[in-house]
Amino acid sequence: MTVREKAVPMPQQDPSERVGNFDEVPLGYEREAALQEAERCLKCDPAPCIEGCPVGIDIPKFIDRIKREDFQASINTIKESNNLPAVCGRVCPQEEQCQEVCTLGENFEPVSIGRLERYAADWEREHGTVDNTVEDSRAGKIAIVGSGPAGLTAASDLRKLGYEVTVFEQFHQPGGVLVYGIPEFRLPNEVVEREVENLKAMGVEIETNTVVGRLFTVDDLLDGNRVEKHDAVFLGTGAGLPYFLDLPGENLNGIYSANEFLTRVNLMRAFKFPEYDTPVKIGGRVATVGGGNVAMDSARTALRLGADSSMVIYRRSEAQMPARDEEIQHAKEEGIDFRLLRNPTRFKGDDGRVEKVECVEMELGEPDESGRPRPVPKGGSEFDLPVDNVIIAIGNSPHPLVPRTTDGLETSDRGTIKASSRGRTSREGIWAGGDIVTGAATVIRAMGAGKTAASDIHKWLSNGETWK
Amino acid sequence: MRKIVKKSKVGDGVWEYELEAPLIAEASDPGQFVILRLHEKGERIPLTIADTSLEEGTITIVVQSAGKSTIELNQEYFEGEAIHDLAGPLGNPSEIEDYGTVALIGGGVGIALIYPIARALREAGNHVISIIGAQSADKLFFQDRIAEVSDEVIVTTDDGSAGREGFTSDALRDLLESENVEKSWAIGPVMMMKVCQEVAEEFDTELIVSLNTIMVDGTGMCGGCRVNINGETRFACVDGPEFPGSAVDFDLLAQRTEIYEEEEECALDEFLEGESK
Repeated sequence: MTVREKAVPMPQQDPSERVGNFDEVPLGYEREAALQEAERCLKCDPAPCIEGCPVGIDIPKFIDRIKREDFQASINTIKESNNLPAVCGRVCPQEEQCQEVCTLGENFEPVSIGRLERYAADWEREHGTVDNTVEDSRAGKIAIVGSGPAGLTAASDLRKLGYEVTVFEQFHQPGGVLVYGIPEFRLPNEVVEREVENLKAMGVEIETNTVVGRLFTVDDLLDGNRVEKHDAVFLGTGAGLPYFLDLPGENLNGIYSANEFLTRVNLMRAFKFPEYDTPVKIGGRVATVGGGNVAMDSARTALRLGADSSMVIYRRSEAQMPARDEEIQHAKEEGIDFRLLRNPTRFKGDDGRVEKVECVEMELGEPDESGRPRPVPKGGSEFDLPVDNVIIAIGNSPHPLVPRTTDGLETSDRGTIKASSRGRTSREGIWAGGDIVTGAATVIRAMGAGKTAASDIHKWLSNGETWK
Repeated sequence: MRKIVKKSKVGDGVWEYELEAPLIAEASDPGQFVILRLHEKGERIPLTIADTSLEEGTITIVVQSAGKSTIELNQEYFEGEAIHDLAGPLGNPSEIEDYGTVALIGGGVGIALIYPIARALREAGNHVISIIGAQSADKLFFQDRIAEVSDEVIVTTDDGSAGREGFTSDALRDLLESENVEKSWAIGPVMMMKVCQEVAEEFDTELIVSLNTIMVDGTGMCGGCRVNINGETRFACVDGPEFPGSAVDFDLLAQRTEIYEEEEECALDEFLEGESK
């Protein structure tokens, strides 16, 4: 039997249509497409893809179950290792993980593992049965701070082990970056809501509107001071504080952080203003500064909100852009204008509103500490770009509230919480994982950290070993 | 869901609410704020905590009808009903010490906000002089309560319908001419705080202002609340809301509060139209 060289393509919304709506861009495989793609898997043993997955999903097995059309068995296999398959199937950078090491990829296109994962997860949503019953089989109460991917994963794993688990979220809706950051057209909030409902059905308590560090501290959680006493705390508070460029004119009206812009649109539903109360003011010529997924999300969101034009200003070239290839391609299809090797130097505007971004041309120099060529400004090459809105998407720093209010919790110079490979912090009984430890990274890495910490919390609570 | 334990009108278009929030009541200190959201389609509104009751397990907020959400709350939410979300306490508390003589200036809804700070300062041993001002007598409120926590109270109205005619900043100038005030707080409209700062500067005395900016999350994540403090960008939600008046770029502050003027008008029109149907 010969293997198809090319992956079964993902059907997607036509670019000219999708820029006018917030519906998902990739539509998902149909059954036949999934079966065909599943045929391509070589069932390697040992399987490099499992190694490539941060949560170690048995990929050949779940694909094999798709091939046999036993979709329930397929999703069950995924869920043994991954609690958020509908999320990961959509936003994981598979091309850098499982698919990068796929044996088939040595000569052909690798198996579309992510698309198949999404297929199995979406099949479950439509046809499957989810058994969420979990017994309180173990003594022990665990507090999870933050309901993003790290926190939700840790909560799920610990609950399945039989612990009582409470997740504290500062926003009014759980999901963290999955609901406030990633736009509907990549990850509908409804997909996250469903995963959260499953957790609740398992018996996980979720306390929203709870700002840990202000309402009570992590020590209160461990001591049972003012709140119930917990035996362990996992911190998954994320990297939520936006960096700005620190340039003249950056506080002019019309300039957003990507976090504010996306939170208004995704979490607060500003795209439905005035049905929803939260407004967002975007239109005309929109420039997004940055080259990551968040920059792509911002630029594409601006287009969907009716911007006349939407450009991305990035200081390096396309090869160095941290965004996923798929996101860059989608952005290009939609007509996002890439101004590469350009960097803003100031923002100009009379009457308090931004009107121009002054940029300088850049060239690539010697590699810097990140290994990428350092962008160097070309002297005297400054020029003005007329704009009506600017979105700054150059990254986020760790959330400082919990470290600031927890004595003895060690942090790095960058503000991240120091944690061992098992997630143990400098304070006994406190684990941490996800972006608050690594700095801004991916959903799946955060989930991996949540998993590792959950299993270590279990080990620690059951063995009573000393903290190190 | 958070129950409205008590609602009462304190002035023209100004309502006081006691909300069930025992943990926030315990955790909060003067100067801090909460964020509330009325319903599932609501926006997140930052409101300063005006009082707390540990016995009742409540916090008090004072809301002046200004835009769609505040009018909706004041008109359509009643005692015994609930608002959807309430998060806090947020922001840094006021720095309460025994400074000697202090002046607290509250303008409009800011009157409610100086109340807990005045009380805490008085308990710390300060001689507290409060200056409260509104456009007219019907918009004044909390006079009795402010009097309870102050050694002296000066009332001003723009039209002279109560107290002395003029602005709080005029009263502050007169006060600083006659008294040696160690530290002052001014909380109210941007223009009022700006002018009070100018007066304080004339007399070379320290003045603290509390900034009520545009915010989404209130915990440092959006940066919508960014203000210029001594030439550097700061977030009012996590670095403030109180800052030394001498460090604040009031013009930028005023400019940024206007970002959504058109949208606010649109939302209000839609709401009022719906009301009249």
